Amino acid sequence: MSLIFRLSWRNLFHDRLRFVATIIGIVFSIVLVTVQMGLFLSFDRMVTTMIDHAQADLWIVPLGTKCFEDPSLVDERERFRALSINGVTEALPIVIGFAQWRLPSGGTTPVFIVSSDTRVGGLHPWNLVEGSLADLAVPGAVAIDQSYFDRLGTKGLGANAEIRDQKVEVMAVTKGIRAFTTTPYVFTSLDQARAFIGTPPNKATYFLVRLAPDADIASVRSRLRTILSESEVLTPSEFRRRSRSFWLFGTGAGAALFAGALLGIIVGTVVVAQTLYSSTKDHLNEFATLRAMGSSARYIHKVIICQALLSAVIGLIIVDATAESALPVLMTPAMSVGLLLLTVAMCVLSSTSAIVQVMRIDPAVVFTR
Amino acid sequence: MTEAVMEAVDVVKTLGRGPSQVQALRGVSLALAGGELTLLMGPSGSGKTTLLSILGCILSPTSGIVRVCGQSTAHIQPEDMARLRRDHVGFIFQSYHLFPTLTALDNVRLALDVRDEPSAAAIFKAKEALATVGLSHKMKSFPRALSGGEQQRVAIARAIVGNPSAVLADEPTSALDGDNGQAIMKVLAQIAKEQSCGVLVVTHDPRIFRFASRIVRIEDGRIVGEERAAQDSIEKRG
Repeated sequence: MSLIFRLSWRNLFHDRLRFVATIIGIVFSIVLVTVQMGLFLSFDRMVTTMIDHAQADLWIVPLGTKCFEDPSLVDERERFRALSINGVTEALPIVIGFAQWRLPSGGTTPVFIVSSDTRVGGLHPWNLVEGSLADLAVPGAVAIDQSYFDRLGTKGLGANAEIRDQKVEVMAVTKGIRAFTTTPYVFTSLDQARAFIGTPPNKATYFLVRLAPDADIASVRSRLRTILSESEVLTPSEFRRRSRSFWLFGTGAGAALFAGALLGIIVGTVVVAQTLYSSTKDHLNEFATLRAMGSSARYIHKVIICQALLSAVIGLIIVDATAESALPVLMTPAMSVGLLLLTVAMCVLSSTSAIVQVMRIDPAVVFTR
Repeated sequence: MTEAVMEAVDVVKTLGRGPSQVQALRGVSLALAGGELTLLMGPSGSGKTTLLSILGCILSPTSGIVRVCGQSTAHIQPEDMARLRRDHVGFIFQSYHLFPTLTALDNVRLALDVRDEPSAAAIFKAKEALATVGLSHKMKSFPRALSGGEQQRVAIARAIVGNPSAVLADEPTSALDGDNGQAIMKVLAQIAKEQSCGVLVVTHDPRIFRFASRIVRIEDGRIVGEERAAQDSIEKRG
């Protein structure tokens, strides 16, 4: 075993109580950063989930649309103009909007209606666990996610409720389609949605444009922009970016998550720095002896940084062992690697104060202590 | 006389600033030859430890010349001073300064580790050094499990394991009883003789005079006397 590693390990373990405090600090910091970043990533994915699942080459959206949940309307004429362009095969209307779901027990709760023509592709519920897409063509049929049963006061398939005083029946159940707001998604047919929301038949929220296989997206888009005066034409990635930008930064939600993560990093850095500093102070004689023995500055840096890295690795192992069950947040492989690098960077940065302290030692003190 | 492994020429050292300024050394010249054990004696505050620190490249002189194995220490950077110490000097301290979290073997090995010596070779040399000071059986002991005399032997093994040109010892026997003190001095005399190493021992302890090749006396920052022991009497002691 490397002597630097052994010396670092034993310096850390020499005062076990302090070591435990360090590890708690690191774990706390990593957990905080993980939760915040996990929430951020989950949020990031959830705000674009509808766009991700829509089968569109281009989106025709009302001018100034900020995000998918922005329920402005586009006139049906825009659809026909779009269809007149060479290369456009379909322009499918999507109607979305808020409505009130009347609970069987009385009272109402807001829901977010999402609809498209059930006979053709568009934006349909996915991850169906009960019922089928065809069932949504039945008048009054809706699909809801099983995670909202309690919220909507239903017992699942076959349950009845009312939306805007119109009777609905749960004809399909999905799994894992959760909204990032507290408002549940309710999928239904286009006509039904218009009735629930009060959207005129000649209006829609969006049109999903599909192109012929040999069509050039850029050139079709350019022609669409020329002829569509009351709407914008976005690619799915542009629409995603716009939605993300609005929800994460326009609303301050992303900034709050970032601030939480930053707080975690600061707390972790300070805890580790404080511990390394005080551990170094306790071992100052030994570092002075090392200097007197002629050790290079690099050697001493290695000892201190090794202590910091050991703390980081132990903290990460503890978090990793408990994270799966204790942290219900999204963890991607990239995020795991990022977290590892962040923790290592945090701990190495923390060692700076200790290194500065050691480098200030006059090795001559070994003769006076 | 053999060539000097370490040499101070007309060294002056001023410590502190302003009214509290003290001239610790006032033109000291001293050379250490390989194979000799030199005792540096003097009252408290006479400049013994300052001279030891300057010879050991820990402090720089205010003026004068210091040479270690022929290399002048004038105008060299702290990292180069550290390299000189690492390559040429072994230190033994009054309070041992062993690493409490490392075994005797690792404490000795550390002196080689700072020189980036490969681990297997370092372990072999550290075991040899511990054998030289008679502590082969205590290699795995931690300092807290060793007596004062044993700890000082480990410190000596650490000082000599890198085969330095000079060993500088600051009152190595002052914390030890008579028998242990004598034993430590015997080891140091043996190292000087067998490894052709220049050994300088700062001491107040008159019981160890008989181990010296020469005794240098310092007072008020000046060398005030030097006695050289008869060659035959040293050989008998060795």
